[in-house]
Amino acid sequence: MSVVTEYTEDNRPEAFTQQGLGWKPWLQPLAEDELTEQQRASLLDDFRVKSPYFRLLVRNPEALLARTLVDKDIFYNVTSGLPRADREIAASAASRVNGCVYCASVHTGRATKESGREEDVQKLLDEGVDADLGEPWSAISQASAALTRTPSEFGSEQIQQLKDAGLDDADIMDVIYGAAFFNWANRLMLSLGEPEVPSRARK
Amino acid sequence: MPDVIDMLAGIGAGSALDSIRATRPQARENAQRSFELLFEPSEPGGFPLAERYAVAAYTVGLQASSSPALAFYTELLEDEGDAALAAAVAQLAEEHRRPGPYGSYKESGLMGESEPGPTVEIPADEAVGQHLAAALEYAHLLSLHPRDAAPEHLRRLESAGWSADDIVTLGQLVSFLSFQIRVVDGLLALNQEVTSERAGDPTQPQDAAGSE
Repeated sequence: MSVVTEYTEDNRPEAFTQQGLGWKPWLQPLAEDELTEQQRASLLDDFRVKSPYFRLLVRNPEALLARTLVDKDIFYNVTSGLPRADREIAASAASRVNGCVYCASVHTGRATKESGREEDVQKLLDEGVDADLGEPWSAISQASAALTRTPSEFGSEQIQQLKDAGLDDADIMDVIYGAAFFNWANRLMLSLGEPEVPSRARK
Repeated sequence: MPDVIDMLAGIGAGSALDSIRATRPQARENAQRSFELLFEPSEPGGFPLAERYAVAAYTVGLQASSSPALAFYTELLEDEGDAALAAAVAQLAEEHRRPGPYGSYKESGLMGESEPGPTVEIPADEAVGQHLAAALEYAHLLSLHPRDAAPEHLRRLESAGWSADDIVTLGQLVSFLSFQIRVVDGLLALNQEVTSERAGDPTQPQDAAGSE
């Protein structure tokens, strides 16, 4: 029997959005009540246990755990470096370039929550990564996009722009990490399932 | 295995970037752990080591052919597989390389932004068997045009003998590499700036350990 699911009903959003979206897996996640101790431990938090995406990735529990620990440190270690909202802008710009509508919705939503700048964040979604977002966001967005493209366009020009926008070397590493991590996350989300507008939000 | 990102980005112990990387210890440790889990697994299961290195060499060849990561993964493949496989993979990457990311949107309001492009088909031959050929096709999709992904691509893997568990590991492997090569690329560029700034500033001692 095939483990691949195809949906007849398409409930994708129309475009990039900051509104919360759902995500439907194409490959079968593990059932919540059949998780082993190790699998459950690798999911770390209850919200991942509830998520079909993470219950799919937990088919390789150790790889998922390592991935999640990288993610947490890059985005939530605030002992130094770039403010949280700015890291979310790096994540959002990478997602915008790769075309991951789901990832972009989550991380633009977080950028707005952390900064209160919903309109600027929306510009990144509507106009793209070169939109005028004010500094340092424009520099961060463009640097993240440059690193996301193949072949990489990231170099001394982007580093100089980031410095001119007030970032130091440690902040720049956070931009690199944030953009690079979303080149990991976007590919998994795009290739293992699809975004959907949650039923409560459909017209 | 020494830290692969530090090694490829030329970050020496005690250098400026070493100290900066040390501020994110959990990211550093677990990026390395990810490498070890994906490329030195205790139980490779249905995804043999030679195939893992072949997918890696192809992925890096597509996304970052000028990265030091290419020689690194090609060497792993040559040590594990045979020379014919390494040559075949290098040739495929060379043929299939193109700028990315491209792909078509399925969201109605974004179709104007679609950039349609090729999906590769890799026929199985003596060097590249059917199981690996399907994985390389998937690696091409994820590397260069991930927004084209659809359930049919997972079916293609399934029909070539890939289990759901191994498909997840394959997806993690290509996606992790997409992260790793960008961290290396970004830190190489940053390291160059840091080193040249110090060299140009007579009040700062030159950081000999900063690069190789």
